[in-house]
Amino acid sequence: MAERMGFFTDSSVCIGCKACEVACKEWNQLPDDGFVFEATSYDNTGMLGASTWRHVAFIEQAHEVSVHGDDGVDRWLMSSDVCKHCTNAACLDVCPTGALFRTEFGTVVVQPDICNGCGYCVPACPFGVIDRREDDGRAWKCTMCYDRQRGGLEPACAKACPTDSIQFGPLDELRERAEDRLARLHADGHDEARLYGENPDDGVGGAGAFFLLLDEPEVYGLPPDPVATTRDLPAMWRWAGAAAVSLAGAVAVAFLGSRGRGSAS
Amino acid sequence: MRSEDARGIAEGGTRTAAGRARTVAGREQEMVPEAEFRSYYGRPVIKPPVWHEPNMPTYLYLGGMSGASSTMAVVARLTGHARLARTARIAAALGAATGVGLLATELGRPERFLNMLRVFKPTSPMSVGSWILATHGGLSAAAASSELTGILPRLGDAAALATGLTGPLTATYTAVLVADTAVPAWHEAYRELPLLFAGSALAAAGAVAMLGTPRADAGPARTVAALGAAMETISGAVMEHRLGFVGEPYREGRAGRFMRAARILTLGGGLLAPVAGRSRTLTALSGLALTAGSLCTRFGLLAAGRASAADPKYTVVPQRQRLDATS
Repeated sequence: MAERMGFFTDSSVCIGCKACEVACKEWNQLPDDGFVFEATSYDNTGMLGASTWRHVAFIEQAHEVSVHGDDGVDRWLMSSDVCKHCTNAACLDVCPTGALFRTEFGTVVVQPDICNGCGYCVPACPFGVIDRREDDGRAWKCTMCYDRQRGGLEPACAKACPTDSIQFGPLDELRERAEDRLARLHADGHDEARLYGENPDDGVGGAGAFFLLLDEPEVYGLPPDPVATTRDLPAMWRWAGAAAVSLAGAVAVAFLGSRGRGSAS
Repeated sequence: MRSEDARGIAEGGTRTAAGRARTVAGREQEMVPEAEFRSYYGRPVIKPPVWHEPNMPTYLYLGGMSGASSTMAVVARLTGHARLARTARIAAALGAATGVGLLATELGRPERFLNMLRVFKPTSPMSVGSWILATHGGLSAAAASSELTGILPRLGDAAALATGLTGPLTATYTAVLVADTAVPAWHEAYRELPLLFAGSALAAAGAVAMLGTPRADAGPARTVAALGAAMETISGAVMEHRLGFVGEPYREGRAGRFMRAARILTLGGGLLAPVAGRSRTLTALSGLALTAGSLCTRFGLLAAGRASAADPKYTVVPQRQRLDATS
């Protein structure tokens, strides 16, 4: 396997231009998914989905205003969300057909010619990334531009990002770079800065696409402590085994108790 | 509406700029303290299951019914209840075949149904389940065909005997399948769900067998139904009690209505089952109530899963508590 590649999305320099969303759509030829005016912010894609593989979150943090006060806006947070390409990927684990696979770059990709649209990966993903495209029937998500990577190019979103908020590279290198950036921000007094998804000991074994955030992850629509539930699978099968034995036992008991009545009738 | 929106944003500013799920005036005091959380404009964090009504829950019912029926057919044959064994065998085959059909229609690409058997993946309960169901469906079809036609009776009996193993697995693997997701109301219930499914399956199979067998021969089926109803009721109660906040979707809204109906129907049908042999009316009442109860449990389960995924509080609050406890 080649070196594991990843994304480091540094939200502290994101300007919310959505060039990543557009570049992703263009390169991957994704269908439009509605031109929705959300009426809550400048976000008009809402969330990641089958046809939105980069999603820029806009968070307007405001305070109470009097009638003639200021505009009430404290700060804007912007962050470009993407598939995390987890080390322990729940979508990959539960896929029954083998359509989802781990590439030589350590990323997680769906093979559209294999996927039969069972939909299991959709509720399995702890980040709510992958979704089924209903008119097409198959599951889709970010491939970290598998085709471009094979051609030695960086993914379209990273290429298009004008501020280098989206950085692409070998994951080890990105982690070091992120630590440096975090130390710098803390030194400048931005104590609210934190990394998200960089820890290999978290519930998904660390993300291949991780983030520098300026508030708690749930504010960006990210789960604070995501878990790939496959880790509980042995326990789940043990409980199911016990239930299966109980089922057979209950049937056996029912017939043992019935012999007397059977002969009487 | 406009003033309420403005109020929501302003309120959110102090602590929850991204907006708490519910900042409707007057609701603040009613909110349970543990439900305080932050989110991205109240949007869900995870995606809801894409499976549909009636296909998915009806499959859960049919798979359970088929699995428990085949187990019943094996024991009935071994203990000399030939008439009951025959009904159970046929019910098992019909249930599995119809269930497979429903599953195929659930796929986004039904023509690729056979891709389910392209690999065997122990990490995927759906892959494991596909192999269990394929084996179970084939065996129960062979057993029922032999029973009906009288052709190759020994082979039919051997197939039927083998369904004694695949049956209980068919009835319970689906619990692992739904529990191995990020849906809090499903995953957190992974201990009780298999027993709930087993009970629901026993009640369903007992009900079909008592409806499809002459009353004099259906005694053990009524006992199976009563035991199943008890198992389903008890494990359901334990599950909701243990889940607490995460189990809320099982009590509220559409899912709550299904689950309450299921409890009444299953309990009523189960209590009636031991005396249902006295008359045709009682048999019909008990059998139909148990069947409806088992179906309601499965529909309620899907509805609860959807509700649990749709509200970010069920995802964020337990995770935040977990983090706060460790840090």
